[in-house]
Amino acid sequence: MAAMSKIATGNGHGENSPYFDGWKAYETDPFHPIDRPDGVIQMGLAENQLCFDFIKKWLIKHPEASVCTAQGVNRFKEMALFQDYHGMPEFRRAVAKFMGKVRGDRVKFDPDRIVMSGGATGAHETVAFCLADPGEAFLVPTPYYPGFDRDLKWRTGVELVPVHCESSNNFKITRDALEAAYVKAQEANLRVKGLLITNPSNPLGTILDRDTLKNVVGFINEKNIHLIGDEIYAATVFMEPEFVSISEIIEEDDVECNRDLIHIVYSLSKDMGFPGFRVGIVYSYNDAVVSCARKMSSFGLVSSQTQHLIASMLSDDDFVDDFIAESKNLLFKRHKYFTRSLSQVGIGSLKSNAGLFIWMDLRKLLREKTFEAEMELWRVIINEVKLNVSPGSSFHCHEPGWFRVCFANMDDNTMAVALSRIRTFMLKNNEAMVPPRKLCRLSSLKLSLSRRMDDLMSPSILSPHSPLPQSPLVRARN
Amino acid sequence: MGLLSRKATCNSHGQDSSYFLGWQEYEKNPYDEVKNPRGIIQMGLAENQLSFDLLESWLAKNPDAAGFKRDGQSIFKELALFQDYHGLPAFKKALVDFMAEIRGNKVTFDPNRIVLTAGATSANETLMFCLAEQGDAFLLPTPYYPGFDRDLKWRTGVEIVPIECSSSNRFQITASALEEAYEQAQRKNLRVKGVLVTNPSNPLGTTMTRDELDLLVNFITDKEIHLISDEIYSGTVFSSPVFVSIVEVLKDRNLENTQVWERVHIVYSLSKDLGLPGFRVGAIYSNDPIVVAAATKMSSFGLVSSQTQYLLSAMLSDKKFTKEYIAKNHKRLRKRQSKLVAGLEKAGIGCLESNAGLFCWVDMRHLLSSDTFEAEMELWKRIVYDVKLNISPGSSCHCSEPGWFRVCFANMSEDTLTLAMQRLKSFVGSTASNDRSHQEMKNSRRKFRTKWVFRLSFQSFHDREQDER
Repeated sequence: MAAMSKIATGNGHGENSPYFDGWKAYETDPFHPIDRPDGVIQMGLAENQLCFDFIKKWLIKHPEASVCTAQGVNRFKEMALFQDYHGMPEFRRAVAKFMGKVRGDRVKFDPDRIVMSGGATGAHETVAFCLADPGEAFLVPTPYYPGFDRDLKWRTGVELVPVHCESSNNFKITRDALEAAYVKAQEANLRVKGLLITNPSNPLGTILDRDTLKNVVGFINEKNIHLIGDEIYAATVFMEPEFVSISEIIEEDDVECNRDLIHIVYSLSKDMGFPGFRVGIVYSYNDAVVSCARKMSSFGLVSSQTQHLIASMLSDDDFVDDFIAESKNLLFKRHKYFTRSLSQVGIGSLKSNAGLFIWMDLRKLLREKTFEAEMELWRVIINEVKLNVSPGSSFHCHEPGWFRVCFANMDDNTMAVALSRIRTFMLKNNEAMVPPRKLCRLSSLKLSLSRRMDDLMSPSILSPHSPLPQSPLVRARN
Repeated sequence: MGLLSRKATCNSHGQDSSYFLGWQEYEKNPYDEVKNPRGIIQMGLAENQLSFDLLESWLAKNPDAAGFKRDGQSIFKELALFQDYHGLPAFKKALVDFMAEIRGNKVTFDPNRIVLTAGATSANETLMFCLAEQGDAFLLPTPYYPGFDRDLKWRTGVEIVPIECSSSNRFQITASALEEAYEQAQRKNLRVKGVLVTNPSNPLGTTMTRDELDLLVNFITDKEIHLISDEIYSGTVFSSPVFVSIVEVLKDRNLENTQVWERVHIVYSLSKDLGLPGFRVGAIYSNDPIVVAAATKMSSFGLVSSQTQYLLSAMLSDKKFTKEYIAKNHKRLRKRQSKLVAGLEKAGIGCLESNAGLFCWVDMRHLLSSDTFEAEMELWKRIVYDVKLNISPGSSCHCSEPGWFRVCFANMSEDTLTLAMQRLKSFVGSTASNDRSHQEMKNSRRKFRTKWVFRLSFQSFHDREQDER
């Protein structure tokens, strides 16, 4: 009688997957340049840590951005009381302006359509609650961010149907794949309510080209289903081709689109590197969705203390322009260094121009073309190479052998250590690059981790994660 | 085919109720001492604005916490990256210590059993998602906070069945009311998963008696269901009787580590006690590790900003500050409540005797033209439009008797409160003199009521959120 809900006792949170081996390995043996030089290096966390010095300089110059300093405290009471779910007007204006600048000012965003949420995590769940009933479905191109399984499905009862993308055409979303997924959903008696795309893509690090975007918009209009564009990585596009947002496509003359179907999810977690501040945004062109999402935002408003900080920061045009440029520059450099070093040891990756990670191609290292072999290789990478990377299967990738590897969540030294470990591993195993009959060597590598994955409850990238156990923030209070 | 979900197009968010008329009217014509002295005075918002000077002076003395620093070093980066749904350990420790302090340190809380959420709004919804599903119900004593209709029901599909309480015994929960509610749920084919109480009560402003708490423990033991105790106002108990938390009762009855102990969950927030609703700091405390685990994962949808966690962990760890704050805050609340009660008395209006909260549960039954909710609405509209006070009608709190109103006292300056009371007095005076046709009918009733009513003192209510702006 006093049992808990099915939602609470089931696996919908997604954290019981075998995927968490890597996290556990990292948590028990995290790399530290001095204390644990042989520890596991975290390359499974899509964080942007490259711009903090730049941001700190601004903070020092602007103590009034905090309502708690002597310079800002005159607004403390007002902020402390401000719980209006419309959000602070200056916050919304600043975010709308930022979103416009990130898109080269080719489009303008209306501050009155900016709705807050508890991070993009909260935004996705809210959009699902607004657009779909339990038992209805969204189509999602693979590979996709594992967190969607929780964010879109868990408490909402909504289903996800994959749109399979293949490496043969660089994982582009094709019209055929969309149609096939739609049919599959219907065969399973699922009413499709929308299509969710992540652009720039996680985990691919690529952007959708204009043709694909137009195809996608055409498809959703024809089927009269919603289009949700997760543009959380919009400012991480560090080189050509230029980012094209859904917001731009729908303005084009040759594009016919019912705007009530168009919604954007955004956040400052990736572009600015502020996942801790929980700034999620729902931006919809549909008035009823704006209104409903706004009411639902009560369940995950942005702290007014944070709204004030962000409003101050993003209202500073010079800072924003410089930040966007600097961030791109640092990401470009880090990406180039990383991919070049990898290719020098024979490791390729999907050509990418955005995101905080690369989509690494290790297919030729697989013992056989199966996901079991992918898992085996993955455990070798964690236990022998001591790098936590994310296996493609956790992203619902249709083909085994791909891994997402993050490059922006560490300093230069750690990156150098990671690369030297990769180099060592590849040199030791360069037989892996010759004819298959020699590949049986890899199968003799022992798997040292136990398979009791279901017991694992470690934090993961599906849920907010604590970066450094030795960080003063996570240490138990003494 | 419906373009949006049923949740998006229905009314379960509760914001179409006439209750929000008052809000809208206030928004159109808000009182301002200088700019709009004839505007509507907001008395429908349960905010604690009495102790900001204490917070501000603490900030002035603690620049590190204010400026993303620890021991003079910047920890901005660590904070900006910190998104662990387990929460900042130092903050959780400080928060549970604060909760214990509010309860006179008669109980202790384990920081590993607390889950941080974006306000109590999120905490309550999350508990529903954890404990119940579509077709299940929670029993709630009336009158209750209007926001529960949204927080507990909207996206979860859970139902609320009222436990009817009446003025005849000061709205206390009785065994028969509990049973009646349980049976009513069963008649509606709803599976009862638990009881949710707010203690101290919103809108009543009273703390639950030990007898009531014992009754609840017995009831949930017998029915094998959950009990959620929303103790968001626990820090606003400014006079006797002393606050008794449900956890104290469980401890005193040696029920720790029993099955019933694991079915009692507490909701808390800093929105009322510290007056920080904008910072969105809520919490769930549970002795059931499965609830803690599930709620922790769900908190991903509404974490507390790390910036805010850090600031408040520093503030609440300062025990000298918390001791002083709690004491001074109580004193100020007590004084302000007395002022409201006295002002109401002068207008011939009484209220329920109360010792907590940020509001009073005011008895205006004698001003109704008839003993109906229509008359209550009539009276309410006159108070909003003519007297220019936004107060909350009892019907919006699901009160079963018409004529009660929640009136807040802690969200305005003392002068504003004085003015509000003057307006009310004039209104009552003019109503009495103009209403001769009703006079004879109500004379005898009124005399009796007035006598009873003057013995009551009031506590104030406090709204959770300004929903529609």
